Amino acid sequence: MIFCNNFIKEVILLLIEIIPDKCDFCGCCVGVCPEDAIELKEAEIKIIEKLCTNCSKCVWSCPIEVLKFNSNKIALEKV
Amino acid sequence: MKNEYDIIVVGAGPAGSIASKFASEKGISVLMLEKDRDVGYPVRCGEAVSLAGVEEFVKPDPKWIAAEITKFSFISPDKTEVIIPFDGKGIILERKIFDYELANLAAQNGTEILTRTYVNGLILENNKVCGVKYEFRGKQHQIKSKIVIGADGVESRVGRWGGLKTHSDFRDMESGIQITAANINVDPNTCYFYWGSEYAPQGYLWIFPKGNKLANIGLAITGDIGKKKSAISFLNEFMNNYFPNSPILSSVAGGIPFTPTLKKIVNPGIMLVGDAARQINPLSGGGIISGMIGGSIAGKVAADAIISNDLNKIYDYEILWRERLGKRHEMFNRIKNGIYKFSDEKYNQIAHSLVDLPDEKRTLGNVAKKAVINNPSLLIDVAKVFLK
Repeated sequence: MIFCNNFIKEVILLLIEIIPDKCDFCGCCVGVCPEDAIELKEAEIKIIEKLCTNCSKCVWSCPIEVLKFNSNKIALEKV
Repeated sequence: MKNEYDIIVVGAGPAGSIASKFASEKGISVLMLEKDRDVGYPVRCGEAVSLAGVEEFVKPDPKWIAAEITKFSFISPDKTEVIIPFDGKGIILERKIFDYELANLAAQNGTEILTRTYVNGLILENNKVCGVKYEFRGKQHQIKSKIVIGADGVESRVGRWGGLKTHSDFRDMESGIQITAANINVDPNTCYFYWGSEYAPQGYLWIFPKGNKLANIGLAITGDIGKKKSAISFLNEFMNNYFPNSPILSSVAGGIPFTPTLKKIVNPGIMLVGDAARQINPLSGGGIISGMIGGSIAGKVAADAIISNDLNKIYDYEILWRERLGKRHEMFNRIKNGIYKFSDEKYNQIAHSLVDLPDEKRTLGNVAKKAVINNPSLLIDVAKVFLK
């Protein structure tokens, strides 16, 4: 999502964060992701940035608070 | 390994192993792929099943039975306890050993098995699934098959790639967390269920004994509750309040889709079984037996389709599953919707009325009947399920 005026472009990036050390790789987040934006291997999880819409359903479904919605990642870029 | 198989099964849980076993015993070639290093580990399960359900598929063996269950205990929010004898026998499994045994059964019938194999796509030709793409030891591979059976659990992506809608609404996905703890002084033959907002709103908390004072203690809540408070916070509070001095031997998280089976579980060249197909009992959250039933039907149907050289026959699986358990799960789901969102007062009221009943009238059917007494349409479902 991009908002743009003459000088500033607001770029909303991937706002969902995973804390990999805490993750149990249980798959709840994958099961609820409507965009198929989460990949889960044996002990590796990642969000596919181009597919994620930051809807946060994965955050709400995580039993152990591994996923977080981080609004601080909204970046402002000069244009 | 061959270049091509009749059937590739993705996922070596109970549903996948039983599907493989039933398919390979008909003499066709089956490859089962598992993303984890070990079949059956990590265990993401409360491990409670009915003995009769297991006996349909495998002869009981003490090496994978941790405890025998003869009673249920329901604990309401005001701590009223209702004990109900179990009509039959339940067991608490050692899933690590049990899952190995099921995979071994499949192997003995000719299934080839490869672990640490991450399936990351499907081979599609003319909109028909005809194989999988996978990563093994850092290298990409492809292997063809006539049919792919997706047994890849709650996180199933195989179905999505095959054109089946597998994702669950976050309000229907129960996020579960469980520990196995020591020094838990409970009756070793009773499964305990705690209800209410303190323990697990829109879900329940369980204590399943595993012998030698060990027990699985866990709970599941929906994503709707998880918005405000996570499952791990509920469990930590419970343990601090009830078992503050019990060492925790292991901890595991997992998702339980409390929904009826997906509308479509078959597409050209692909079938889904177990959690991937949402074949879990939506009332109890139990998925082992129903997954094995789904797997057995799928395995047999897939093998018959290959032997008769008519792959359209795989659609029979949807019909057979629906007849065997699918319709029943839809009823369970309606009952669940009537029970899981009760207020604490309602749970207390039900518990009080059951405690007053004589022992012989305390049955699961009566519990369900009391629970939905104010909802006549649900009473019909309860009667169909419990009061036959």
